[in-house]
Amino acid sequence: MEKKKLTIGVTGLNNIDSPGPGVPVIRGIKNSGLDVRIIGLAYENLEPGIYMPGLVDKTYLMPFPSTGSEAFLERLQYIHEKEQLDIIIPNFDSELYLFIKFSDKLLEMGIHTFLPSLEQFEERHKDNLPEFAEKYHITVPESKALMNSDELANLPKPLSYPYYIKGKFYEAFKVSNHSQALYYFNKLSAKWGFPVIVQQAIHGTEVNVIALGDGEGNTVAAVAMRKQYITDKGKAWGGITISDERLLEITHHIIKETKWRGGMELEMIKTDDGEYHLIEINPRIPAWVYLAVGAGQNIPEMLCRLAMGEKVKPVTEYVSGKMFIRYSWDLIGDIADFEKIIIFGEL
Amino acid sequence: MRKLNSLAISDNGFIFKPSTGESFTTNEMGLFIIQLLKENKSGEEIINAIMEDFEVDKITAGRDLYEYLDFLKREQMMD
Repeated sequence: MEKKKLTIGVTGLNNIDSPGPGVPVIRGIKNSGLDVRIIGLAYENLEPGIYMPGLVDKTYLMPFPSTGSEAFLERLQYIHEKEQLDIIIPNFDSELYLFIKFSDKLLEMGIHTFLPSLEQFEERHKDNLPEFAEKYHITVPESKALMNSDELANLPKPLSYPYYIKGKFYEAFKVSNHSQALYYFNKLSAKWGFPVIVQQAIHGTEVNVIALGDGEGNTVAAVAMRKQYITDKGKAWGGITISDERLLEITHHIIKETKWRGGMELEMIKTDDGEYHLIEINPRIPAWVYLAVGAGQNIPEMLCRLAMGEKVKPVTEYVSGKMFIRYSWDLIGDIADFEKIIIFGEL
Repeated sequence: MRKLNSLAISDNGFIFKPSTGESFTTNEMGLFIIQLLKENKSGEEIINAIMEDFEVDKITAGRDLYEYLDFLKREQMMD
């Protein structure tokens, strides 16, 4: 595979305070032995990854998934005609549905993806988490999907304050009374649509796992991390790899039972009693993926190899005690580059 | 002993607990006690070693040891 130069499209170049995973995914790929040309796929003209020197070879603006599947596919066809893409790695929850839906069509065009099936994608949704937990014998906090704010006044027991109000795709806010709950319910339903999810807050330490499933029940890679520094948006701004056997056992169990295909992130709370509560499954590579690369598991590289049909040997070892610390950095850009993105939709 | 052996401890007194990602700092006395615990020394032996190395009486040495053991157990660094 090293012999052929691969052209890889990557989304999620928004390296902002709630960062997309595109930039670290590209860094991982570039650290690997793969010979690549990177095509950035951006939704907004100020996504930092577009302008970062040496990161992408070319960037194209994409229509938002909400614009409709036809416009989305047409744009991908146009980009493919120009670039002959071999692989696309989508990194946003909100675009995954379309990429999964069109994965066969993309493959016919010669574009490989390595994504969960539509069934896998749907069943781990936040609003389906209780059913998911029951099916796969996982402990999850009490939760309920709401379609109407009136339901906030009649939440089933034992749901009680404090709890989290969560948007369908992104964002979560901890609330301690009805006024706060109503405020965030309205805010999140307006932004992300319905349902809005209410999830019991669990006291403990937030621990996460990034993992890669081969679609046959095997965990090809898995790295556990504890958040050390959390922003007001709940994002990890610093984290450290940990060797938590139970956490990795749960990860292997979920991937084996679901036959998960692709990257994933498990968000869990470990209580002081040592119990693990799954609070969310993100069906894609998370933004802290470069920590896994630094700890010895190049998940973006492995995902590319799987996408191209290679057999990838599972990796179980990684270094615990590796840390990441995010930082902000002002890039100086040129108005001419911005103009190209605005006028032509590519740079 | 398994928990104690899993800790990464530097000569500077920095302790990293790989299972949780937590880190702690300890003083010379703490490092000394951990070292002896890893060598499977008994409480009596450790107290005597503290008395000798830190030139303190038995009561002080015993208090230092048991306070430190409490800390290690509280932070689940010891079985």
